[in-house]
Amino acid sequence: MNTQTIDDIAQAEQGTSLWKDAWLRLRKNHLAVFGLVTLVLFIVIALLTPWIAPYSYQAQDLELGASPPSAAHWLGTDIFGRDLMTQIMYGGRISLAVGFVATAVALLIGVTWGAIAGYVGGRTDAVMMRLVDILYALPFMIFIVLLTVVFGRNMLLLFLAIGAVEWLTMARIMRGQVQSLRQQEFVEAAISLGLSPATLIRRHLVPNALGPIIVYTTLTIPNVMLLEAFLSFLGLGIQPPQTSWGLLISYGAETMEEYPWLLIFPGLALTLTLFSLNFLGDGLRDALDVRGAKD
Amino acid sequence: MLRFILLRLLQAIPVILVVITVTFFLVRVAPGGPFDSEKPVTREVKAALEAQYKLDLPLFQQYTSYLGDLAEGDLGPSFKYPGRSVNELIAAGFPVTAELGFYALLVAVGIGGLAGVIAALKPNTAQDYIPMSLAMIGICMPSFLLGPLLVLVFGIHLDWLPVSGWGDIPGDKILPSLTLGAGYAAYIARLGRAGMLEVLSQDYIRTARAKGLPEWQVVLKHSLRGGLIPVVAFLGPAFAGLLAGSFVVETIFQIPGLGRFYVQAAFNRDYTMILGTTVFLSVLIVLFNLLSDVLAAWMNPRLRAQFGH
Amino acid sequence: MLPTFCRFLLLVAAVTLLTACGGGESNVASGNRLGILHFGNGSEPQGLDPHVVTGVPENKIIRALFEGLAVKNPYTLEPEPGVAQSWDISEDGRIITFHINPEARWSNGDPMRASDYVWSWKRLLSPALGGEYAYMLYPVANAQAFHKGDITDFSEVGVKALDDLTLQVTLEERTPYFLQLMDHYSTFAVHPPTIEKFGKATDRYTPWTRVENMVSNGAFRLKKWELNRRIELEKSDTYWDRDKVRLNGIIYYPTENVVSEERMFRVGQLHYTNSVPLGKIPVYKEMPDSPYMQEPYLGTYYYLLNTLVPPTDNLNVRKALSMAVDRDKLNATVLKGTNISAYSITPPDTLGYYPPRLFNYDPERARELLAEAGYPDGEGWPGLELTYNTSEDHRKIAVALQQMWKDVLNIDVTLTNQEWKVYLDSITNMHFQIARRGWIGDYVDPNNFLDLFLTGGGNNNTGFSDPRYDEMILQKAPQATSKEERFAVFHEAETLLMEQMPIIPVYTYTSKHLIHPSVKGLPPNLMDSLNLKYVWLEDDVQTTEAND
Repeated sequence: MNTQTIDDIAQAEQGTSLWKDAWLRLRKNHLAVFGLVTLVLFIVIALLTPWIAPYSYQAQDLELGASPPSAAHWLGTDIFGRDLMTQIMYGGRISLAVGFVATAVALLIGVTWGAIAGYVGGRTDAVMMRLVDILYALPFMIFIVLLTVVFGRNMLLLFLAIGAVEWLTMARIMRGQVQSLRQQEFVEAAISLGLSPATLIRRHLVPNALGPIIVYTTLTIPNVMLLEAFLSFLGLGIQPPQTSWGLLISYGAETMEEYPWLLIFPGLALTLTLFSLNFLGDGLRDALDVRGAKD
Repeated sequence: MLRFILLRLLQAIPVILVVITVTFFLVRVAPGGPFDSEKPVTREVKAALEAQYKLDLPLFQQYTSYLGDLAEGDLGPSFKYPGRSVNELIAAGFPVTAELGFYALLVAVGIGGLAGVIAALKPNTAQDYIPMSLAMIGICMPSFLLGPLLVLVFGIHLDWLPVSGWGDIPGDKILPSLTLGAGYAAYIARLGRAGMLEVLSQDYIRTARAKGLPEWQVVLKHSLRGGLIPVVAFLGPAFAGLLAGSFVVETIFQIPGLGRFYVQAAFNRDYTMILGTTVFLSVLIVLFNLLSDVLAAWMNPRLRAQFGH
Repeated sequence: MLPTFCRFLLLVAAVTLLTACGGGESNVASGNRLGILHFGNGSEPQGLDPHVVTGVPENKIIRALFEGLAVKNPYTLEPEPGVAQSWDISEDGRIITFHINPEARWSNGDPMRASDYVWSWKRLLSPALGGEYAYMLYPVANAQAFHKGDITDFSEVGVKALDDLTLQVTLEERTPYFLQLMDHYSTFAVHPPTIEKFGKATDRYTPWTRVENMVSNGAFRLKKWELNRRIELEKSDTYWDRDKVRLNGIIYYPTENVVSEERMFRVGQLHYTNSVPLGKIPVYKEMPDSPYMQEPYLGTYYYLLNTLVPPTDNLNVRKALSMAVDRDKLNATVLKGTNISAYSITPPDTLGYYPPRLFNYDPERARELLAEAGYPDGEGWPGLELTYNTSEDHRKIAVALQQMWKDVLNIDVTLTNQEWKVYLDSITNMHFQIARRGWIGDYVDPNNFLDLFLTGGGNNNTGFSDPRYDEMILQKAPQATSKEERFAVFHEAETLLMEQMPIIPVYTYTSKHLIHPSVKGLPPNLMDSLNLKYVWLEDDVQTTEAND
């Protein structure tokens, strides 16, 4: 056993200092800070949109129709003559909310499920993972259609529906990580120190499996934002004139030759969010990776 | 190892049975039946149609007779395509989708895996940023966007590649494979990079390096296996998902694959077709998840030792 | 490692380039040379059994494979000889005697007989088959009773083979549009021995329509059928009028995605597209020698108003909603001028019939009516939900209308899109307040639109019910002895209907296609009805194509 893992254990026992350390390290990573600032900015804009949006998001000017960026409309207008910037700002409210909340749901279920299955192993693992297989195989669309019919249109349902599908792969990845970690020396050490399984999972397995989980999470967020557009198509989620980035992108894709700005700007918003998330995610991973940090 | 695989295959039976049962009743509860259309049929016609397809029997009897037919490998007639059996439709569509999925996977693993490993070797340098930025753009490009974009550039403006079809005109398989593979390549690149970074910081790699082993040996012999575990965990469901997710690509490029049948069956409430494709898909999912778990076990030295005993 | 990666990329690029250059001759070019029409057909047909399937893509293939007793002239839509070389109509219009062309043959060489029709119509009308278009034959005496199972002896139905070549049809009552129905694929004859070879006459699940089994009687016959890929037809050498057929073959593509279809057209893979993406229409319209073809189409796009639930149970609310819609503006902007504003259910010029126009876009009057209904300037408005099935075009229209109602009436309308089958379920059970609807005529006659709103009709879906209306459609119109008299009854009935405003008419459809200039003999018409028998391809036009 090496001294470092003992440090780990000791640190974890002390509580918050690991996170404090991580925060200090994160602040030194310029890209991560850029990502964090951008995300915070997006969230602030989303929160303030009703007060700062340049135009009403529903007022139409049919005669104007789709017009390219101009002084009056910085990002142009859509086919109804609505200001695209306003649409993107309002769309961000929905997309960011869906992206973060649904991913959080998926993360919570997936990580817990995968960690337990991977740690306990044996029959429990088999049953839990076969359940995951079953959920993979069920026809998702029929399930969504049923949800809309039984419960109607509902944002909460949207979060749950997305979370319900996205956690599956998360669970598989987490389980794989935990399985491989479980046999490592420091985990065995922790067990021999008499840590309870719950503490062990929370304090050691989860943090050490964080790398791929953080990465997968940052990948899931934009994916969820696009999935939302598909669910809206099936009748779940938001309805016009409300909009989201996913919907704006799918409308824009249809007229990418005629009105390219309708695709480019919402696409940029999504891409920028993803880049920021990934920078932040990588930064977090590095900051939390105790071994790497002590090189 | 053999015991592990046999055990998993045995477990597949209840999995598939549960999937069938849930799906069978789920589709019946969904509003709208297979014979509802814009010009609604009269009650008499509907009754006749239901009688032709035995939908007039009690639900439970329908269920048991379905299971009976299934045991003989008969997935029943399609409701949407009168005169066609579900077996026939799957047999027509699956080879195409499997081929498309295979090429897409090659694209995904080839480009994605390589990019991820390269990036992880020199984190936070240009060698990291460039492939990773490309990967991220790949993730932001859903196939409904990337496909038409590729067609526009390579099919129309440059006029290099066919805009649609599958096996009709030379080169028509390139754009769909790229489109379908790109999104997965991006995932694999990101996951691969993270997994590799994780492994490269482990003690045994440091030991290897300290021993003075050349870098490529460190990467190939010692880190690749462990580093790609998350990728492998992702690949199992991804390949199965590839088959279902190829719907968009198949529609854009007019490819006669199973993805179109799978999605349209749900829209059409083609009960037997939904069930048939779902059963088929669940077999694939079980197999690929098993394959991915076996691979992961093989890649994880400690778990491998366990299987040895 | 990096150089390896670069080399890999280079390799990929090289392979891409090499394989790419082998594009060769486009479909259009080779098609023009070989006389093969490459046809975008919208989607994979459900099947090719004329008595079983329904739908537009099916129609386009079946009408090339089979031929009816009388066919529509593609220019005038008037009936002209098909399998029947002539027909006699009795004085009272109730007995039609078809004389079958002795040259008419099935594709296996068998002669066509009058008894084939008796057998085929019995098949369509048999309750067990579940033929959705069986009602096409309801004008035939006792056909409806047989189809509903009230009588079981088919000899009581008004269709008889007097001899091998003479078919006598007795109608319930004078039906001016009956000959048109003979060109609807549900009334086509099928080859009895072929069907009986593969099962009972009433089986739906049979392989008789497969390439190796199919026997048909039209200008073309089935050559190849690759699921979801293509259906190939070749000129039939047994067709009675084969000398007039100029195409050697047709290849149908299931072009589900309109954007992809347009791109296939652009690179010369298609002669004819099923549809055109809305965004592309202005571009094509401005082209010199534009391949864009737009023609009025026998269909109406409208919204159903549920007259049984508030607030749409109030006539003034219904009128206000309808008058607040600026159809011309909607059409000029969102719809790019692709349709025709509609103010009633029947499309204008339905064989000379023009519907009444009772109102205009009138925001002032709309506000007054809303005030009379108890919601001055939208005050106290209880809200309204508009339901539509998910589709880009429906969404655009609904979003524009939502804002028009807000601007003119100051009322909020929420939109709900539903997946197709859910939407159908909502419509059938009237679980909606306003719902999008479209109706495409099966035959050119006002009756096909006006009988939708009979009391309790399966397509009524509004709760509209008026015994005077029912009487006019069911009793007075059929008894009319002249076209003028009949149309006057329809006009009166339609006026009655629109005074109650159970629907908000939005526009009359147009058919929209991209047609390569080399395609000749394809006149546009109200039914978007193609007779591919008359089509030919002119090779020399292809030299002007940019892509060749």
